[in-house]
Amino acid sequence: MERDQLRAMLRDMLLARRFEERAAEEYTKGHIAGFLHLYPGEEAVAVGSLHAAEPSDWIVSTYREHVHAMVRGMSPRAVMAELFGKRTGCSRGMGGSMHLFDRALRFTGGYAIVGETYPVAIGIGYAVAMRGLPEAVLCFFGDGAVNQGTFHESLNMARLWNLPVLFLCENNHYQIGTEIHRHSAVAEVYRRACAYRIPARRIDGMDVLAVYEATREALAQIRAGNGPQLLEFETYRFRGHSMSDAGAYRPRVELEAWQRRDPLAAQPAAEALGYPTQEQIDAAGEDCIGRFCRHLGREGVVAEDELEALRREVDEIVEDSVRFALESPEPDLQDAWDSLYAARGKEVLL
Amino acid sequence: MTERVKLWQALNRALDAEMAADDAVFVLGEDVGLYGGSYRVTEGLYARYGEWRVRDTPISEGSFTGLGVGAALAGARPVVEIMTVNFALLALDAIINMAAKIPFMSGGQFPMPLVVRTPGGVARQLAAQHSQRLEHTLMNVPGLRIVTPATPQDAWWQLRQAIRSDEPIVMLEHELLYFDEGPLDEGLPPPPMHRALVRREGEDLTLLTYLKGVGQSLEAAERLAAEGISVEVIDLRSLRPIDWERCMASLEKTHRLLVVEEDCGFAGAGAELVARLSERAFYLLDAPPRRVAGLDIPTPYNGRLEAATIPQVDDIVQAARELCQA
Ligand SMILES: Cc1ncc(C[n+]2csc(CCOP(=O)(O)OP(=O)(O)O)c2C)c(N)n1
Ligand SMILES: [Mg+2]
Repeated sequence: MERDQLRAMLRDMLLARRFEERAAEEYTKGHIAGFLHLYPGEEAVAVGSLHAAEPSDWIVSTYREHVHAMVRGMSPRAVMAELFGKRTGCSRGMGGSMHLFDRALRFTGGYAIVGETYPVAIGIGYAVAMRGLPEAVLCFFGDGAVNQGTFHESLNMARLWNLPVLFLCENNHYQIGTEIHRHSAVAEVYRRACAYRIPARRIDGMDVLAVYEATREALAQIRAGNGPQLLEFETYRFRGHSMSDAGAYRPRVELEAWQRRDPLAAQPAAEALGYPTQEQIDAAGEDCIGRFCRHLGREGVVAEDELEALRREVDEIVEDSVRFALESPEPDLQDAWDSLYAARGKEVLL
Repeated sequence: MTERVKLWQALNRALDAEMAADDAVFVLGEDVGLYGGSYRVTEGLYARYGEWRVRDTPISEGSFTGLGVGAALAGARPVVEIMTVNFALLALDAIINMAAKIPFMSGGQFPMPLVVRTPGGVARQLAAQHSQRLEHTLMNVPGLRIVTPATPQDAWWQLRQAIRSDEPIVMLEHELLYFDEGPLDEGLPPPPMHRALVRREGEDLTLLTYLKGVGQSLEAAERLAAEGISVEVIDLRSLRPIDWERCMASLEKTHRLLVVEEDCGFAGAGAELVARLSERAFYLLDAPPRRVAGLDIPTPYNGRLEAATIPQVDDIVQAARELCQA
């Protein structure tokens, strides 16, 4: 892989982490409200997969989608301003954290009702296939979302009509407080795809390069006309489900093990339950970002001082996004009505 | 004995009491067990009754609500918790096509002792997909009953009555009321489940409302009293059936009707209230009835706009004033 691309991926991962931690701070200050679902721990998934996509591809995501939006090319300013509910946000302050949209980037939304991304994705896939375009749809969803009927219905149609959809499962092993073995009879999500004859693989979602490679291969298959593919990325969220969830139901040792990206060390024995402190998180050692940094250092792609420079750069970008969001104007009711009736002016009534 | 408890605690106690009294009663929903429920309503029940009676479900609203229907056919008394009313949209087939129809379609053979509990309404900046109100949709379904407890006492009474009822009942709760505190006397005999209650007596104006509107309307009535306008605030408590007699009795006294509802005004709950009462009380009324309702727009995320799209106490005061001047 090109040096520049590796650096860009590293930068996006650092930016993702910094942005989300900063959003959490702003939430605590009251500048952001509602539900805020953060992504720390899962960065390798969005960064690896979206770097493998083409600008002409389409993205459909969930309510945990700030990072997807930014990796796709949305400016941190537009995302932060949306979290602040400002008019300069990507959805004009109407959508908030869970509903980021950008038509030019073919970022077709964050959806907050679990299980909505599949039908939207196969619909886009249908429109693409009908016109024979070389585009693909990347459809994100969580491990908890595969028990919604739309998963099965959509996979069936995707295969039946050979739609160009890549289903991407972000398996962080939890559906809010319910661990995967308590919500799924088949806990290996990728195995479900075979019921619909959809090729599927399970990938280490803490390894950004593995995510990238797998996505690239799957997209190549799709573009070759072979129809839908499914990838399951095993990952973990370091924080609670949202800012209103402390995540106290998870064994500490499990979280620490994931932090070291070593699932085997997770032996949730008689460990006390509880959300770890920042010190404990730091003490747990390297996570997906740390490993990627070390890897790039070893390969001579990014030197120590470059890494520092990158960190400073993303800090500045994130601070700038916060300043921008703070200073931006609020939308007014007319913006709301305009959003609702945007299509009406262009309507052709026969 | 009267205690002060939060509304979620009253629901919790009602579930506990009914589960203890009848082992056919069971609860199911997302994160109701180990986690204790998103609004703590099922807290402690998993430890007390075990996983068969407090079931954590996958995210499969359509099918686990349908499971409730099936279990009710077989003599169990399920209480399905749908995390929020927005997700109940995925369970409408089970609620409307199954639960509401089976007793009828079977010629009355099968009772349907199903309770679906679900919180809704506009909370705090949860945006368009998480701020919905579904009363209008469900009110239009014959075969369903809809209860709307706005106080801990009603939560205790109505949930127990709902569980004991053989009809399918949707209990609409409001996300902002769970942590409101109020008096609860467990021993007090309950009024009928659908009985409307006068929360404040008045002479000049009948104000009909439910859920969050009750507290707001009482606040408005207090302010209006200082201006010499006497408002009778009625908490409907049930949206299907509606206690028309209670509403009529009040209108005979006040001759003015105001409805306060959080759902969108167009074809909302207030539309039915105003239409029906206009038919019945047309010659009693001194002024055209009015509604203070949500704007006909999805809920914006932005906090100020969110507030602008739903009734505020000021709006109620203003509408009441205008109505009394008319
Ligand atoms: C239909 C529906 N039911 C319930 C919810 C509430 N809810 C929001 S996120 C979530 C868990 C989703 O878990 P998963 O799909 O694994 O995604 P994760 O949050 O772990 O990324 C639930 C139950 C919802 N938003 N939509
Ligand atoms: Mg998950």
